[in-house]
Amino acid sequence: MTSRIDRRFAETKAAGRPALVTYVMGGDPDLATSQAILEALPQAGADIIELGLPFSDPMADGVVIQLGAQRALAQGQTLLGVLGMVEDFRRKDETTPIVLMGYYNPIYIFGVERFIEAAVSAGVDGLIIVDLPAEEDDELCIPALEAGLNFIRLTTPTTDDKRLPTVLKNTSGFVYYVSMTGVTGAAIKSRGAVGEAVDRIKSHTDLPVAVGFGIKTAEDAADIGRHADGIVVGTVLVDAIANSLEDGKATDRTVAAVRELVADLAGGVKRARS
Amino acid sequence: MSTPNTNSLRNGPDEHGRFGLYGGRFVAETLMPLILDLEREYRAAKTDPVYQAELKDLATHYTGRPSPLYFAERLTRHLGGAKVWFKREELNHTGSHKINNCLGQILLAKRMGKTRVIAETGAGQHGVATATVCAKFDLPCTIFMGATDVERQMPNVLRMKMLGAEVRPVTAGAGTLKDAMNEALRDWVTNVDTTYYLIGTAAGPHPYPEMVRDFQSVIGTELKEQFRAIEGKLPEAVVACVGGGSNAIGTFHAFLDDPDVAIYGAEAGGHGIEVDNGHAASMTGGRPGVLHGNRTYLLQDADGQILEGHSISAGLDYPGVGPEHSFLHDTKRVTYVPITDQEALEAFQLCTRMEGIIPALESAHGLAQVIKLAPTMAGDQSVVLCLSGRGDKDVESVGKYLGLLT
Repeated sequence: MTSRIDRRFAETKAAGRPALVTYVMGGDPDLATSQAILEALPQAGADIIELGLPFSDPMADGVVIQLGAQRALAQGQTLLGVLGMVEDFRRKDETTPIVLMGYYNPIYIFGVERFIEAAVSAGVDGLIIVDLPAEEDDELCIPALEAGLNFIRLTTPTTDDKRLPTVLKNTSGFVYYVSMTGVTGAAIKSRGAVGEAVDRIKSHTDLPVAVGFGIKTAEDAADIGRHADGIVVGTVLVDAIANSLEDGKATDRTVAAVRELVADLAGGVKRARS
Repeated sequence: MSTPNTNSLRNGPDEHGRFGLYGGRFVAETLMPLILDLEREYRAAKTDPVYQAELKDLATHYTGRPSPLYFAERLTRHLGGAKVWFKREELNHTGSHKINNCLGQILLAKRMGKTRVIAETGAGQHGVATATVCAKFDLPCTIFMGATDVERQMPNVLRMKMLGAEVRPVTAGAGTLKDAMNEALRDWVTNVDTTYYLIGTAAGPHPYPEMVRDFQSVIGTELKEQFRAIEGKLPEAVVACVGGGSNAIGTFHAFLDDPDVAIYGAEAGGHGIEVDNGHAASMTGGRPGVLHGNRTYLLQDADGQILEGHSISAGLDYPGVGPEHSFLHDTKRVTYVPITDQEALEAFQLCTRMEGIIPALESAHGLAQVIKLAPTMAGDQSVVLCLSGRGDKDVESVGKYLGLLT
């Protein structure tokens, strides 16, 4: 079964470049602006979109994404609200894959079955749930896969060769390699090590490998993109949103700031293999 | 288990780290290899006579175990019912039960070759105990503590600093234990190679709830033996306060398969269970969810966002509880009751005036339940409270509440 994600990676591979995966928080800084950002992303050069599910206690995120979640929650954003954003997006865009990224509790409280049904019907393609390791696959991963959603797993520098098969077993869509031990937004310690890690993962799987955490500029994108099938940027985009606000509210610069940054990063991705 | 008993309530957790529905390993992949290592190391240590002997020796000569079982004579007469006893964990070195767990874990950290220790703390009791063992075993340590708690537990902050720990105030959220735990987890994810996370309560990802329970079970095991030696039977009831629930599970575990012993856990009722977000009674006022590595009862809103909760006691001011308590709540083996700030303050004063013992505000919650319970019991019956900590750290905040300070 090929998914939107499979097709998109096939396209970028054919084009001889890595995919640009962009993360924004669903509902940040408010629902309408977030929707406008979401819809601007593909045209600006995003190949795949990760849409954050806001959570009160994002343990794996740095302060920038924590604040993004707080802004969304302060505006009353809910899980249902984020699914609504995807539904609206799908009416205009049938091809750009959307992956929801977040933490398990809001899904657990919503109800796993109900969530999967709503996600499929809204047009969600995949899930990245940070606090569901392979050991907890029965919770959400298996039922999500059965419903045709991709379940994208994070692998990290601590995931050694012995553990990789466990982690990759129920992974689909792509593998998300976290470039460092740390929270989102920190700096990559060694670029060389990232390339080696990607090669190591590729020796275990045919899935595309995207690298994230710590990619901030078009140069980073070009550099890391040489070794990877995709690069993920999140913190810089959420930070750009934060910097465009006045008194915590969106301005006419907010959507443009994200669009320009994504266009710049897309340029980096295109240079990656040249 | 040496005597596998399928009906026992003491068999948990299963191989997935579950106590029934609760527990588990809900952590980021970065931490998974480490907590699997930790589990292996703990299993090995458990059966290693050298490790066990070292722990026993430290318990005796460093902590001062066994802690006494004390008959609270005036309080018993005052309440006019069951005999009231205190298991005096507040007499341990560092002033609470927390040291029992810290010694067990620091020896593990050493075995694993870790060179740095981090911990979260609410009231500062666990922070002090961690800073203490890190001083003794010469490991640098960083303690994460909510900014609100730094404020209301200043004596413990000073103790930690004097012991050589770095205290990092956490300003996110309400600046309490939940926020401290988030920040400790972020540090751990970042420094996973070198750092041992010394969790202070019987919560978090497997194997922590089991491990912390095992280290604290000395409380109930001793209590059972001491009580039998004096009274020739088991007590009719045991009581402990429950935040994350480490002193409580340590007290309860030895009695879980003794159906004639009633077990009560006192949760933080704050301003009252009916007040929205005004309490920290996760079992009475919450529902099951997933946070900080485990599934357990949590205070949360309809969308699964975690609430801050409130308690006068920094050590109980946490929106979750250890998973084994959630299991014991569902199976009804333990009765969990909310105790308000006011009830705890009254118990604090009564204990201080009548027994000459200043209890920690956390333990005062347990005492408030004893005060309710003892008069309903017969004079030949007994109720034992785990007096988990001493109240030196609380004299300033209680003084403020009582208007003794201007």
